[in-house]
Amino acid sequence: MAVKNMIQALNDAMDVLLTNDPDVVIFGEDAGYFGGVFKTTDTLQGKHGADRVFDTPINEAAIAAMAVGMAARGLKPIAEIQFADYIFPAIDQIVSEMSRIRYRSAGQFTSGCVVRTPWGGGIRGGQTHSMSPEAFFTHVPGVKVVVPSTPYDAKGLLIASLESGDPVIFFEPKRIYNGPYDGVPDKPLLSWAKHPKGEVPDGHYTVKLGEADVVREGEACTVVTYGTLVHVAEAACEASGIDAEIIDLRTLVPYDIETIARSVNKTGRVVVAHEAPRTSGFGAELAAQIQEECFYALEAPVYRLTGWDTPYPHAHEWAYFPTRDRMVRAMKTVTEAV
Amino acid sequence: MADASPRFHVPAPPFRPGDEPDFQFLKLPKAGEAKRPDPGVAAAETRELALGLVGVLDHNHQAVGEWDPKLSAEILREGLGHMVLTRIYDDRMLKLQRQGKMSFYMKSTGEEAVAVAAAMALDKKDMVFPSYRQQGILFARGRNIVDMMCHCISNSRDNLKGRQLPVHYTWKDGAFFTISGNLGTQFPQAVGYAMACAYKGDGQVTASWIGDGTTAEGDFHGALTLASTYRAPVILNVVNNQWAISTYQGIALGDAPTFASKGLGYGVASIRVDGNDFLAVYAATKWAHERAAAGEGATLLELFTYRGDAHSTSDDPSKYRPKTEYGVWPLGDPIERLKQHLIGQGEWDEKRHAKLEEEMTKLVVKSYKEAESYGTLHDGPLSPTESIFEDVYAEQDWRLKRQRRDLGV
Ligand SMILES: Cc1ncc(C[n+]2csc(CCOP(=O)(O)OP(=O)(O)O)c2C)c(N)n1
Repeated sequence: MAVKNMIQALNDAMDVLLTNDPDVVIFGEDAGYFGGVFKTTDTLQGKHGADRVFDTPINEAAIAAMAVGMAARGLKPIAEIQFADYIFPAIDQIVSEMSRIRYRSAGQFTSGCVVRTPWGGGIRGGQTHSMSPEAFFTHVPGVKVVVPSTPYDAKGLLIASLESGDPVIFFEPKRIYNGPYDGVPDKPLLSWAKHPKGEVPDGHYTVKLGEADVVREGEACTVVTYGTLVHVAEAACEASGIDAEIIDLRTLVPYDIETIARSVNKTGRVVVAHEAPRTSGFGAELAAQIQEECFYALEAPVYRLTGWDTPYPHAHEWAYFPTRDRMVRAMKTVTEAV
Repeated sequence: MADASPRFHVPAPPFRPGDEPDFQFLKLPKAGEAKRPDPGVAAAETRELALGLVGVLDHNHQAVGEWDPKLSAEILREGLGHMVLTRIYDDRMLKLQRQGKMSFYMKSTGEEAVAVAAAMALDKKDMVFPSYRQQGILFARGRNIVDMMCHCISNSRDNLKGRQLPVHYTWKDGAFFTISGNLGTQFPQAVGYAMACAYKGDGQVTASWIGDGTTAEGDFHGALTLASTYRAPVILNVVNNQWAISTYQGIALGDAPTFASKGLGYGVASIRVDGNDFLAVYAATKWAHERAAAGEGATLLELFTYRGDAHSTSDDPSKYRPKTEYGVWPLGDPIERLKQHLIGQGEWDEKRHAKLEEEMTKLVVKSYKEAESYGTLHDGPLSPTESIFEDVYAEQDWRLKRQRRDLGV
């Protein structure tokens, strides 16, 4: 078993998918010859051919539509949107079409495919390369939403996503493409080599969609999060000594309410955390569902640790990003509430 | 040159209610004038076809010129039958909508040839991605009329479980993709489908239709870009029926000479066709099909026609165009033209036509009675209520299971 970073794990997943199934095709802006601006599809065109891994025009709506049409004909497309910020030109094809083909045709046609896209901040990308638009898609019946936080999960979730037969929006936290990040501004990335989930098995395996991972067991409070902030939460426990239980959702649609409820019923205190803006963010859904499920177990109001209701700034990136210190403060707020 | 400053410009249609419509200014090329190049011709060589008008039936209803597809009388009678059925079906469904039996309806009156001739020129297995105005394809492909009606009245036998507006059909067995109410989305999807057919090497050609107004959507431009880039075996049809609800075609056309000409800049072979000429639509579709099947790529066809009736049951055309406009439309009525052509050939007569109409009317009336026996939108029975939670995903997750329980079904 080799240690891989998330980019290598995703690349490996796509290599496995392409090798095992001739119906798999991969495309996106710069995804073919060049192998993607983050090199996620690197070498795949050389290995599998230019009719299976290819470049597209810069037209995200057309990329999504192509995936819909191809899926209807029985292919299994993986479409790359170069940055999550640029998924909006494709919004109609995803929201009105891809998500509903199965429903509106009463199952006659389906549009199983994966739309992969680098997501989130923390790389000095400014307001056009840092967005976390997951909440928009969690609001759309018919698409699933997946966010991995480790190389192991990234590979297993990507394979499971394409094999699910449903359209999946697959957000890749680019801040941790190359290694985990502990949420301290300007500190370099850590190495996946020291992370148990940097070990990525060869060949085919899946991580089931809809199942959260309890990455740290604890008693003091529950942190429900996904993507980069899973690592920030772990770092916050280490820095503060707070014995939090950390839940990595991995799948936002459908999310794993059982695992969340079990934990919250145990700890009675919750932080829900994401980088995206606060208002109508996915944390709002989590907070609402948690109070509905666990009201009598709660000993403090559900705390939302999020980005601000502003576009993602460039120079003040670290004032925007939910850092380790903010995570510690959030944990303290809920654990100290009486 | 004193007054040469730019002025804000908003194009307007030639006639509005109260005006005397007269289409003399159109200067449409005559039937038979257009050359028919080899279907493998370079896209740039189709310039004259994109600016001209491919027509076969002349004003005496004779088939003339290189584009004459030389179809047998049998095929022509079949086409006439499908068009007559389409029109009778549409008229009947409109009446039923007016009687409150349907929530909504959209007719294709005056543009029946666009759908019927194209469907007959395509292979039956070629996937079509239509808009809501090509119901003629379904008749040409032999869809059961009762099934069509059951969909339109959203009853217990609606194959779409009551999820779509009437006329937004889906019929996978007939290679008929699911119609969207969002304009234009099917155009680039069809290209993706065509690319997948090419990838699979199954020799199939894909076709899609949008209206003139919809060419302004980004999806039109995305589709042409994809089709050109990947040389997709696809036929992209723009049905220029002159109107997008109350908005005349010039609002989408801008200063371009024709909608077909818009394809040239993308490197897609482009032809403007007399959309009310069954033979011309058939011939142009066959040409595009041959081109696609030979691996030479996509064709953009502009079908020049006129929407004879309202846009849908929700609008009144007399509020935005002269009532007499359709009557003076220079390309006539596609059914009448094909009928006269067949009569001229001694292959048809008024008596047989009247009988055909009578039979079709009977069929439609009888089919509706049967459709109603499976329920109506108003009085039921409908598809089971719990079916609203089906087909959202491959499998139902806990949210949908709970929500279904909450609804108590
Ligand atoms: C994206 C989108 N915008 C607006 C509408 C509302 N709408 C429905 S039909 C129509 C006019 C379409 O005109 P055209 O493309 O010329 O087709 P036609 O109805 O004439 O066949 C409009 C604006 C819609 N359905 N979808």
